[in-house]
Amino acid sequence: MGEKKRLVLVGNGMAGVRTIEHVLKLAPDTYEITVFGAEPYPNYNRIMLSSVLAGGSDMKDIVINDWDWYSENRISLHTGDEVTRIDTGNKKVVSKSGAEAKYDALILATGSNPFMLPIPGADKEGVIGFRDIQDCDLMMEASKKYAKAAVIGGGLLGLEAARGLLHLGMDVTVVHIHPYLMERQLDESAAKMLQLELEAQGMKFLMQKQTAGIRGIRRAEGLDFADGSSLSADLVVMAVGIKPNVALAKSAGIQVGRGIVVDDYLETSMPGIYAVGECAEHRGIAYGLVAPLYEQGSVLAKRLAGVETSGYTGSVTSTKLKVSGVDVFSAGYFQDAPGTRSLRIQDDLDGTYKKIVLQDDKLVGAVLFGDTTDGASLFSKIKSGESVAGKEKELLLGFAPGGSGGDSQGARLAAMADDEIICGCNGVSKGTIVNAVKDGCATVGEIKACTKASGSCGGCKPLVEGLLQLYGDGVTGEPVKEGICGCTSLAREEIVDSIKAMGLKSVKEVMNVLEWRVSEGCSKCRPALNYYLGMLWPTEYMDEKESRFVNERYHANIQKDGTFSVVPRIYGGVTSPADLKKIAEVAEKYEVPMVKFTGGQRIDLLGVKKEDLPKVWAELDMPSGHAYGKALRTVKTCVGSTFCRFGTQDSIGMGIRLEKAFERLNTPGKVKLAVSGCPRNCAEATIKDLGVVAIDGGWEIYVGGNGGVKVRASDLLCTLKTEDEVMEWTAAYLQYYREQASWNERTAQWVERVGLGTIKAVLENHEEREALAARIEETLSRTTDPWKEIISTEGLRKNFESLPSVQPVVG
Amino acid sequence: MLTKIKVAHVQEIDEQGARTFAVGDKEIAVFKLSDGSVRAIENRCPHKGGRLSEGMVCGSAVHCPLHDWKIDLHSGRVHEPDHGSVTVYDTEVDAATGSVYITLD
Repeated sequence: MGEKKRLVLVGNGMAGVRTIEHVLKLAPDTYEITVFGAEPYPNYNRIMLSSVLAGGSDMKDIVINDWDWYSENRISLHTGDEVTRIDTGNKKVVSKSGAEAKYDALILATGSNPFMLPIPGADKEGVIGFRDIQDCDLMMEASKKYAKAAVIGGGLLGLEAARGLLHLGMDVTVVHIHPYLMERQLDESAAKMLQLELEAQGMKFLMQKQTAGIRGIRRAEGLDFADGSSLSADLVVMAVGIKPNVALAKSAGIQVGRGIVVDDYLETSMPGIYAVGECAEHRGIAYGLVAPLYEQGSVLAKRLAGVETSGYTGSVTSTKLKVSGVDVFSAGYFQDAPGTRSLRIQDDLDGTYKKIVLQDDKLVGAVLFGDTTDGASLFSKIKSGESVAGKEKELLLGFAPGGSGGDSQGARLAAMADDEIICGCNGVSKGTIVNAVKDGCATVGEIKACTKASGSCGGCKPLVEGLLQLYGDGVTGEPVKEGICGCTSLAREEIVDSIKAMGLKSVKEVMNVLEWRVSEGCSKCRPALNYYLGMLWPTEYMDEKESRFVNERYHANIQKDGTFSVVPRIYGGVTSPADLKKIAEVAEKYEVPMVKFTGGQRIDLLGVKKEDLPKVWAELDMPSGHAYGKALRTVKTCVGSTFCRFGTQDSIGMGIRLEKAFERLNTPGKVKLAVSGCPRNCAEATIKDLGVVAIDGGWEIYVGGNGGVKVRASDLLCTLKTEDEVMEWTAAYLQYYREQASWNERTAQWVERVGLGTIKAVLENHEEREALAARIEETLSRTTDPWKEIISTEGLRKNFESLPSVQPVVG
Repeated sequence: MLTKIKVAHVQEIDEQGARTFAVGDKEIAVFKLSDGSVRAIENRCPHKGGRLSEGMVCGSAVHCPLHDWKIDLHSGRVHEPDHGSVTVYDTEVDAATGSVYITLD
């Protein structure tokens, strides 16, 4: 191993540390890393400070990299110690405390400072910015002693500070120089709606007021405005903007403009010195949003790791924000400029507003207020620059105008008696759901939360949606789009796109950066995120067992009495006398209460005690049948040409080959396969997620079948000649499903949703098919048998045992 | 009478995980939250008796593995739309030794 190069990061914040994380992954042993941070904390999520103020999170919730992360990665960390000098001649940095670090590569990620208005009195006690934890602490302290606060600046930062202060019980006035709020992100109509909403929450506003000075003897006592009027205040928060922190770079002779000037590889005018984040200026722009900063970090890390990159070419940004509980979104050119036309819809009843701006036949900008679910799709149309001619009104309304209203399902639901059961799993009647809708439930999620309908298998969701449309008011006729669970308003696509674009690498990080409403999520989103991360980063992501359902954590199926069932892998359903004897002996030894054949031609040992599981597995000495997970379950086969007089092909051989190739595969929903040896189809291949049916001289592949909640006969995907082709198409189809479907979405629902045509078009392309097959192979090559892993790992095995007997002490 | 008993070393419980022990005919589940703190509740969901120790821990709540009832680990109360509660036991972690103590009544 050669001498390690030295990498020094100045600025222990989101952009810089993100870059280091990427470097560690791309080039693990290349650098000896030193990090300096001016604040006495590990890297935390600055975006979430407003939620700390608002009481939704506390400090530990917003830490992204805890202290252990630095030590585990052998990073020398200096916190609370600002770097004061770069000695470019000797290639070293010097800190306030006198610490020195030599570098081969230096990253400046010094962020930005709040812009403090240069007005008389700005240096008085009680005048602060809103940037870091210290500012938050000052605000919290002030709120205990003082009553009145003034926030100068009605932009995002100012409103977040004001909301926090309001929450802390202060009387808050926002002073803004423009005629309306958030003029950089909103148009006037949306801004006025926002102001009304915030006024209703108790915030006060002084618009078109220019602050001329701050009154007070030692501490601030109020503001004087240019028009001669004044306002009394004991705490003044300046939130008029930020300015990139360039002082250090400038003193070292590095070229600075508004920020530290960098090229497409984030290198400054000084070779070997780089800058990322809010302090950097790239092609004239200094960004302040997290997505561009993460994109920069990813490019710089590749550069430092010697991985090829085409460089950073700037980011097109959209703004999707939650301001004091109200969702707002804007992108592109959303102000009415000459040469543009716009369509808008304003609903003062629900408090929503939507405007789309068109130039020629293209969408160039949009503003959303109150409901931002269309944000991602509008933004992608703005970026792609595709023609939207003829679809303008559909874009605005969310449905084609003049479309049909009631349908036969609507009529059926209307005619249904109130006591008829809609949700069979939880016994919820039509009447209960209708009452919930009338009491104000406006989404399927809310109905689920208040009645449990559609909360288990989800099969009745279309009926619940139908009832919502029928009995809810103000519903547009389209199903209401929702987040993946109550913890977020983001849909699956938005989440997966963000994980990819920002290179998010853990469940916690996704929740932090995408601003989950509930800091640790719920039993719906945690497994979903764990799946998406594993699917997107097969080589890097470490599966989080604590984000998996009990069955996938213990690799057995939990039963209602707390015991488990064990299904060993029996490839293609073909066993041997020796294996049967072994299974019988284990069942007897552990007094298994029931031994049963499953629907998928396997043997199920039911009622096994949890503490016996590792012993049962060890004695069976057979691989896990994965009968408990969102994974490849079984490949059911008929006898085929091996014995059957009608069989045209070796269906058993084909089935075993498929099962051996794809066992242990994680999928969005469970996947069942079958292979039939002739069109009589004794293996019932046409109600499987993927079924293979032999014909004379070839094979047919059927997809999207289901025999469960909602019976669906599968669709013919293709007809093939050889077993090798069956393997390749199956691999490509399964991987495409893994990449495209939502977590917990079975292939039947997925095929219905995206359409067989779309899937066919992708898989018929030879190169796409090979690429998909290569990706599934990468994932499969990293799987191991979970039973063996548990048997041989004490840290996992301990969770199967109860704690040892207790020792009483004096109490 | 209150009895304080030592049940585990804090490292024997995984973060966002749980271990169990029996007291007479009752089973108690000891959870470790992501902030390292420890909570103990009766290991029986008030719905259908599911073993809460096998549930997913999210923040300071656990989701029952059987039907996804959500139980608060501080108060023992079931979250809406379901109703009920489980017994909560006081816990203490000795910072020096890492021993986890539970108070039974």
